[in-house]
Amino acid sequence: MAMSSPEEILDPELKLYEARKNVFPKAVNGTFRRLKWVIMAITLAIYYVTPWIRWDRGPYAPDQAVLVDLANRRFYMFGIEIWPHEFYYVAGMLVMAGIGLFLVTSAVGRAWCGYSCPQTVWTDLFQHVERAIDGDRNAQFKLQDAPWGPKKIGKRLAKWSVWLFIAFWTGGAWIMYFADAPTLVVDFWTGQAAFVAYATVGVLTLTTFVFGGFMREQVCIYMCPWPRIQTAMMDEKSLTVTYKDWRGEPRGSVKKAEAQPGSFGDCIDCNQCVAVCPTGIDIREGPQIGCITCALCIDACDKVMDQVGRPRGLIDYATLEDADLEKAGKPHNPILKTLLRPRTIVYSSIWGAIGLAMLFAVGNRTRIDISANHDRNPVYVQLADGHVRNSYTVNLRNMENRPREMIIGMSAIEGGAMWSNAGSRETAGQTLVTTVSPDSIARLRLYVAAPGAGPVREEFALTVTAADDAEAKDIDEVFFERPETGE
Amino acid sequence: MSENKRVDQPTGTETVGHEWDGIEELDTPMPRWWLWTLYATIIWGIGYVILYPAIPMLNSASEGLLGWTSRGEYEQAVSARETELEPIRQALVSTDIRKLHGSPELMQQAVEGGRSAFKVHCVQCHGSGAAGSAGYPNLNDDDWLWGGDLEAIEYTLIHGIRNPDHDETRFSQMPAFGRDGILQATEIQDLVSHVRLLAGREKQSAAATRGAALFEANCAVCHASDGTGDRTQGAPNLTDAISLYGLDRASLTDTISNSRYGVMPRWGQRLDAATIRMLAAYVHSLGGGEKLPALEKVADTLSEGDGDEQS
Repeated sequence: MAMSSPEEILDPELKLYEARKNVFPKAVNGTFRRLKWVIMAITLAIYYVTPWIRWDRGPYAPDQAVLVDLANRRFYMFGIEIWPHEFYYVAGMLVMAGIGLFLVTSAVGRAWCGYSCPQTVWTDLFQHVERAIDGDRNAQFKLQDAPWGPKKIGKRLAKWSVWLFIAFWTGGAWIMYFADAPTLVVDFWTGQAAFVAYATVGVLTLTTFVFGGFMREQVCIYMCPWPRIQTAMMDEKSLTVTYKDWRGEPRGSVKKAEAQPGSFGDCIDCNQCVAVCPTGIDIREGPQIGCITCALCIDACDKVMDQVGRPRGLIDYATLEDADLEKAGKPHNPILKTLLRPRTIVYSSIWGAIGLAMLFAVGNRTRIDISANHDRNPVYVQLADGHVRNSYTVNLRNMENRPREMIIGMSAIEGGAMWSNAGSRETAGQTLVTTVSPDSIARLRLYVAAPGAGPVREEFALTVTAADDAEAKDIDEVFFERPETGE
Repeated sequence: MSENKRVDQPTGTETVGHEWDGIEELDTPMPRWWLWTLYATIIWGIGYVILYPAIPMLNSASEGLLGWTSRGEYEQAVSARETELEPIRQALVSTDIRKLHGSPELMQQAVEGGRSAFKVHCVQCHGSGAAGSAGYPNLNDDDWLWGGDLEAIEYTLIHGIRNPDHDETRFSQMPAFGRDGILQATEIQDLVSHVRLLAGREKQSAAATRGAALFEANCAVCHASDGTGDRTQGAPNLTDAISLYGLDRASLTDTISNSRYGVMPRWGQRLDAATIRMLAAYVHSLGGGEKLPALEKVADTLSEGDGDEQS
């Protein structure tokens, strides 16, 4: 390691903190900017519109297409209703989301960061607001350095008000996913909504305002773990924004290049790529953690190249491998060969397998369920007539949105009969019929009595069958216990 | 150490001055927002220490300006819950216990309330599963000494069993046939044989036949000639499979010789009417509860003005 010279040691700049370097990205037009507009419109539309889509589920269930009903512990997503014990579907979707991100990253790099991450989308939105009120990059620099006067205060207040307005609607839309949206809107504005609704809107308003308005790229660089993980997910065949240094270097203005033809590269050092960058980096330093691959520098550079009459693509999407090939003057790998490689195939197979397995599971799940627990305290009860009684806590789940008559049955115990806490021993029999309310669990205490003479522990099964559909059934294995000796 | 500090050339950042096998650490400054967050937490911490109990003292923590305590919060939560439950308790007390079955929801609420109260007041003798033990009745079964309908259970709860200072208590006293010299030891053994025959634990024998005569002379007045007992006096049914003190020869000899004297407190003087009613409902719900006289019969008695509560 090279040692520093004595002069350098004498005057180290002692800083308590590192202030954020202001980033005022310049407006730009081009292919990728248009793509960003489209994706922003789609993602924001999904976010704001989804809770308002209605979905008829009959009189016993909410008619909101997507609803996370935390109070009643139900999760509705269009035709699918998930109960808390089916949370593995949500876990499966999260695993799919994770693997999906791996797949996207290994194929097209940090596309998630550049286009559809909420932090990117909202920051982009906030920057448009900023440009609309303060003007473009240079005007913003000027305003930043200007002393506080009526004009600056006015502009700042206007900008922050619009930001706060957007932030408030961001938080406001979020809570709509957790309750019936039309009802909640009325409740919210009439002060009747739950405290947690106001608190959530408050917190999300604040975080959106701070993250989108002030933290911006610092969230990506310091706070978000995903860029670091993606760094590990990417390889030499992942698309990334590349500055073709072999073509651009050494940099020199058009004038210099005209004066000394052949001694300068294509980069005219106009700094447009730096000016438009929303994270304030210089892509010409190579791939780096601050680059979210939004490709706005490609748009900016292409425009400049057009103006100076040089070929586009000095900054371009390219894989590291293609960059090396191009440098060596060879053609790029075929796109299919780049996309279809073991890594992406494995990711897509896992992704698809989980998806298919979940679809299969959802299609085949029964919406009727019995869960019986043998009561342990006491394990058995001696009855006056010499029989022994065991009791069971039975939960019957009716996961359909209609009341359902259910028949509980028991496999044979000699001389055994059962009744529930709603009936009495006189009504005991081999089956028991009960109606379970829509979308709910009926809990009942089930008694089984059998003659005292018999094995100490006898296995048997409790079954439940829907009265209207013999195919809808479930079974739970339980046991029957007797005292060890007669005396 | 600090004299080893130097500025790292590629980054222009000072090092902290440590070195391990050539590896050094850059003293990169914190981002400003990070520092602000730290300051904000410090301010929050100071406010917290002033407002809430925080500094440990000899006996307790310093009292915060808000006067908050976890005990206070608990008490508030309990009293809030009690206020919430008050209508249920009122409804319970004002409903005729014989008509309680007519309102299943109130019954269910009473059972749940009783479940909690049972864990506080009753488990010491009857066990957490109400299964009892020798001398302490199992409340899950269908054999009752003093009656197993809601009204009888509530009466037993209010007035207790064998409370000498209370006139309305459930009271009975079996003679100590051996200790008081009423029967000879051999006679007691004959009686034991007969009682075991009644309970189906022994086969017919000469001793049992002798015991039958003794039973008719000494026991039938309370336990009835056929041994089925008498609930009005708390005389147990000797013919069923359930026994409070055991049906083996040793236990029965002890019972007949020395008698038994099980006591239950009268909860009427310790618990309020609503809690007792809840306990009655819970015990009744355990699986052996007996039916009340039919509701229409209750209506008849009520119209005659006989609907007063026992308490």
